[in-house]
Order: sequence, then C-alpha cells, then structure tokens
Amino acid sequence: MSIDTKSILVKPIFANNPIALQILGVCSALAVTTGLQVTVVMCIALTVVTAFSNLFISMVRKFIPNSIRIIAQMTIIASLVIAVDLTLQAFAYEISKQLSVFVGLIITNCIVMGRAEAFAMKNPPGLSFLDGIGNGLGYSVVLLSVATIRELFGSGSLFGVQVLPLVSNGGWYQPNGLMLLAPSAFFIIGFLIWALRAVRVEQVEKDEFKIAPHTVQEAAH
Amino acid sequence: MSANKDSVGGTLKVALLLCVVCSIFISSAAVILKPMQEANKTLDRNKNILAAAGMFDEQMNTNDDVDELFAQFTPRIVDLETGDFATEEQLAELNIDVTTYDQRTVFTDPQFSEALEASEDIAGLKRLVRFVTVYLVEGPNGELQDIVLPVSGYGLWGTMYGYLALEGDANTVKGIGFYDQKETPGLGGEITNPRWKAQWPGKEVYSEDGDVALSVVKGEGQGVHQVDGLAGASLTSRGVDNLIEFWLGPLGFGPFLTKLTNG
Repeated sequence: MSIDTKSILVKPIFANNPIALQILGVCSALAVTTGLQVTVVMCIALTVVTAFSNLFISMVRKFIPNSIRIIAQMTIIASLVIAVDLTLQAFAYEISKQLSVFVGLIITNCIVMGRAEAFAMKNPPGLSFLDGIGNGLGYSVVLLSVATIRELFGSGSLFGVQVLPLVSNGGWYQPNGLMLLAPSAFFIIGFLIWALRAVRVEQVEKDEFKIAPHTVQEAAH
Repeated sequence: MSANKDSVGGTLKVALLLCVVCSIFISSAAVILKPMQEANKTLDRNKNILAAAGMFDEQMNTNDDVDELFAQFTPRIVDLETGDFATEEQLAELNIDVTTYDQRTVFTDPQFSEALEASEDIAGLKRLVRFVTVYLVEGPNGELQDIVLPVSGYGLWGTMYGYLALEGDANTVKGIGFYDQKETPGLGGEITNPRWKAQWPGKEVYSEDGDVALSVVKGEGQGVHQVDGLAGASLTSRGVDNLIEFWLGPLGFGPFLTKLTNG
C-alpha cells in the first residue's frame, strides 16, 4: 500500500473526520446513538453504502452527463440504501426495527453525497472505494464514542449488557435520562470536536469576522 | 460515448440506462429477500403475543422455540360490534385470512373501521377496527386457558401497541406487553420494564358489578384492581389506564368476554 492510498484510508478517521471537521452527517449521529448495538449496525450500513456508492459512481463517472450528475449519484446511492435496508429487514429484523427510518435516511446523509461529489467523480474506482471505507470509519469512530457514553450513562449498560446496576432494578446507579434524548448527542459531539481541535490545533477555523475595537464616537452614544 | 455525453440524447440515454439497471437491482433484491422479511415479521408478532401471555422469556427461550410455543395458540377473529366470533360468511365477504389478517393495516379502511366519537374515544384511537384477532389457548381438557387480546392506546408521544393476556375466567390478568411504543426512554418507556410488568399477573379486571375496575393509579396500587403508576410518567400511565378501560369496556372486548365466559 503506497503512502497515498494509506492516507486516503486513514486520513478521514482523525485528520479530516467527516463529522468532527466537516460537520456532516450529524442527524443520524443524534438519532441512532442511544445503544451500541444499533450504532454498530448503522456504522456498518453507512460504511458499506459510502464505499460502494463511491465505487460505482467512480466506475461510471466518465459517462455521467454533467447536467444530471447529482440525480445520477442519488439514484445509485438510493438503490444501495434500499438494498441495505431490505437486507437488514431480512437478516437483522430486531435491529432494523430500532433503526427504522434512519437506514433509509442514509440516502440523504451528506457524507455519502459529499464523498461521491468531491472524490468519486474525480478519482479511479479503487481509490474511491478506499475513500468510502475511510470516511465510513471516520463516521463510525465518532458514533461509537458517542454511543458508548450515551449507553453507559443513559442505561448503565454496554451492548445491552448491564454494567452499572440500576436503581429501578435494585442497584445503585440512577440513569441519566438526558443521555437517552437526542440533545445529549449534540453536547457530546461538541465536546469531542473541542477535544479533537485542542489536540490538533490546525483544525481550528479562522474567525470569519473581526470584532472592531470601540471607537470614541460609539462610546458617546 | 464520453464525447457526446453532455448532449440531450446522451443525457437521456445515460439516465434511462441508469434507471433500468438500478430498478432491476432493487426489484431482484426485494423479491429474493421478501420471504425472509415476512417470516421475521410473523416471528416478531408471535413472540410478542407469547411474551404477553408470560410464555416467552428472552433469557430462557430462543427464536427457535417461538413456532413450537405459538402452535398452542388458536387465532380467532372477533366481531367487536356483536361480541361474537366472526362467521365464515363475514370472513369470506371481507376476504380475511385468519393467519395473516392484521387489524393495524386496515385501520384507515372504511370497510373495516369506523371513526370513534370523541366522547367514546377514551384511549385516543380516533378509529376502531370492527374485526380483530384474538388468540386462545386451550388446556389439556379442552377448557379455555388463556385469552390474548390486542390492545392499543395513545400515550404521551404516540400510540402504544401491545397485548393483554387474561386467564380462562376472562377476568384474571396473566400478563401484558407492549411491542410498539414511542414513550420517553427511562420514564414512560418503562412500560416495557419486566419489573413493572411483573405486577400485572394476578390482578382482576372486573369489579363485582361488572365494571372495568383494573386501573393504573398514581403511586402504589392497592388490592387486586390497581397497578402502580410509573414515576415521572403520569401521561403514559394514564394512557395505559385508558386503554385498559377502553378495550375491556363495552366498545372493546367487554361483550365478547361476557359471551365467552357465559358459554
């Protein structure tokens, strides 16, 4: 594996994370991270869709007319997502019930669309496939950390196995209900981005505006 | 091809080709996976019915046991208007197959359901389907052992769907289970908590004069007719209370249960 291909695969995990740096795909990160089991399936589904949509789009990229390229990409992505959804309903019914609409919503997940448009349209199939896997992994890293925190403190369990005995079952841990609601994921993702940017200072964005100093005249108002 | 791909003809050609390829791909996936999805849905529903009747335990039983356990149940269609089992003619007329009929899919179909008056609609259902499937279990001597009734009602965030199992006397509760609900996790969502559900078996539905006495009360329930409410989930508790009152009352299974026990 050359340095170039390796960086395509590894870079999206921390250096160019789709959620933490590009702030894409946050919707599903809020909705499906209440339990690890569901999250793992969602991560696999998204990685598969991103990788294969990148692969197929890259394979036909030279034939896609410019005027309909977004629709053409959408058609391929949507087909893959439906196929994944049908497969889950056939082989992992319990989990597909919990994921409900969120598998279908992968279609509108900006990561898939963003990678198709930004990478697969310009690069050969092999590299595009790796880019899809890499971005899927970047998404998974964030989702899994969020889900670990939410499930542990929200339900006192990990992968459905009780780790902290709950008060309602005669234990000592009073679960934090906020962790099971979507807003908590917002806070956790916010803290993750903060932590990531504290370590990798180059990710901090420049201010888009400067606050002008007070002038004497303004102070007189 | 790539030279003229941006011409009108080229665009149409690519669009058409892409659509055909994708639709063939999706249709074949749908056709191949359909039988497995159907099997999963039936399995899931049957498991919920068994769980309500207290015959299925996630820790002890596996999915393989479901078919065997469920074979004890006899599905029957009840006509809520008369309280009798639906006749063969009624079933034939409405094209109902007892094993596959699902009252939730015909919920908005005017042929099967009617709008409820606001004053009657205590469980917040909006409509009532006239024909519903109940499940009966017979004991070794042919006597009625269990009656599993589908129940539903509005909680805090949405309609809660579940099954209520009664013993053969059509009065003693055997168990309750909700398989589809959107209540707040950790608060109202506790209706699926085994510890809360464990209070239900042994409670009695009807008071001596025949009214629905079973209720979910705030705080601790007393006696054979009361179940503890859920802390921090007054509206969900009230929703469960209402659905019990509705489904076991005169518009729900009340008449059916009376006829069933009187022979």
